[in-house]
Amino acid sequence: MKAENKLLPTEEAVKKFVDDGALVCFGGFTHGIPFALGHEMIRQKKRNLKICKETPDLLVDQMIAAGCVKHTIFSWAGNPGVGLLHAFRRAIEKGIPKPITYEEYTHFIMAARYFAGASRIPFIPISAGIAGSDLIKYRKNLKTMDCPYTGKKLCLVPAMNPDIAIIHAQRADREGNVQMWGIFGSNKEIAMASQKVIVSVEEIVDEETVRRDPNRTIIPGFHVDAIMEEPWGAHPSYTQGYYDRDNDFYIEYDQATRTVEGMETFLNEWVYGLENRKEYVKKLGAEKILKLMVKPYYSFPVNYGYYG
Amino acid sequence: MKKYAKDYSLQELMVVVAARELRDGEIVFVGIGIPQLAAVLAQRTHAPNLVLIYESGTIAAKPMRMPLSIGDPTLASGAAGIYNFIETFSYLLQRKFIDVGFLGGAQIDRYGNINSTVIGNYEQPKVRLPGSGGGCDIAALAKRVILIAPHEKRRFVEKVDFVTSPGYLDHPATRAKLGLTGGPSAVVTTMGVLRFEDATKEMYLDSYHPGVAIEQIKENTGWDLKISPSVKETEPPTEEQVTMLREKIDPEGYYLKKVNP
Repeated sequence: MKAENKLLPTEEAVKKFVDDGALVCFGGFTHGIPFALGHEMIRQKKRNLKICKETPDLLVDQMIAAGCVKHTIFSWAGNPGVGLLHAFRRAIEKGIPKPITYEEYTHFIMAARYFAGASRIPFIPISAGIAGSDLIKYRKNLKTMDCPYTGKKLCLVPAMNPDIAIIHAQRADREGNVQMWGIFGSNKEIAMASQKVIVSVEEIVDEETVRRDPNRTIIPGFHVDAIMEEPWGAHPSYTQGYYDRDNDFYIEYDQATRTVEGMETFLNEWVYGLENRKEYVKKLGAEKILKLMVKPYYSFPVNYGYYG
Repeated sequence: MKKYAKDYSLQELMVVVAARELRDGEIVFVGIGIPQLAAVLAQRTHAPNLVLIYESGTIAAKPMRMPLSIGDPTLASGAAGIYNFIETFSYLLQRKFIDVGFLGGAQIDRYGNINSTVIGNYEQPKVRLPGSGGGCDIAALAKRVILIAPHEKRRFVEKVDFVTSPGYLDHPATRAKLGLTGGPSAVVTTMGVLRFEDATKEMYLDSYHPGVAIEQIKENTGWDLKISPSVKETEPPTEEQVTMLREKIDPEGYYLKKVNP
């Protein structure tokens, strides 16, 4: 693929790369949740998706309410710092709008499954801690074994290899070399574990900006299928150094989505009623944007040395 | 001479009690709310060399404001380091660097097993809760765990509906059989402090908070709670601790203004 073809509008990237029924893996851990891309999947009425994300957050909750999701794989399904996810609960407890199936793990197991997937090994042994949890009764794909070297009990977790990873980060160049700082979550691992990778960034930067600081690259361009510039693409979560987490939005969402009707109103207002992220940012409004913008706090430049 | 505070809230008491469980130089896996306040209070009083680690991977964070979630950006700016998720859980937790973890739960039983997954049947839950997150991993791999919970009969139950995070399971030897060390060391509730008997690993009442009767605690526990022969009143916060909490640690009252956790 020619480098310049990777820079795609979000709408086109979702159309081209996200198939109905795919196993879709979202990146971000409180930080950098790819809302712009997820909302576009809702607008395009993607169906029967299997979604994996350690913390589904409001994004997967909205996708469940919109009927995009058939199956979820997660380790902590709550509204961080606030409470529960109402659409997620309705789907599981009452089958509204339709029943979803799910499988859950612990954070460590999810992280280890991505790591095994990224390394293309079929499984990875971890500490047998999980054996004390009832989870193991319901997850037949978790095995225990005695270590062939030490005899110690181990828990084996199978690799996870999603069809597509969806990630939001600070910046990338036109070749798709993605750079991130702040809380990474499993972004590096899910990108390498997945067949396809699409990434929205706050800024597309020139190649030299990336190459002057190679340690900050989390995904190499050769493994990125599409990149798009989506400023504020992670709101109401945040992008470190660009804008703050909109904690009020998380609290208001909790109140607004307690009923099916409330959830529909929310989706109409924030997803269906907007054509793209630009409109979303306009809807957020100047006052909110100013409130969430963050004062700079720069790192010092490091010296890589000129070895010419 | 310690000067005890006369005016303090229940939450301030719980924070102080939890802070006292932390020793200088320990590495703590911190959660949001009471654990966060307790760890920072300990750091600013008796444990200046405490290291705060969050499951989001921020190491030795120095938050410039009160973090409102485990992945708050203020935990990243100014931290000593930031790890990937897999690195946090394997290099820090599984590697056994974590001395203390904090956990709470919708249900807790007499062996300190925690349920944060479902109320009711797993496949047809009455209430679907968030699930383990890192809870099970912390319960299994931290050197010890401190539980924090409101003291209610529906929460302190004879048997949890689902073991999300293992305490001592069903027998003092069960953890060892599964290759686990550690386990819960204290339970700080809205009514008192509970600990675990060495021989049976069963929870017992170690101290009751000022103004709370032992009978009241027994009534709010879902099994016949054992009482320590040397049960005592919980040591109240000092004036220094309360002032530190109100003026320095949570001046906006994000967590302390709530009456109950």
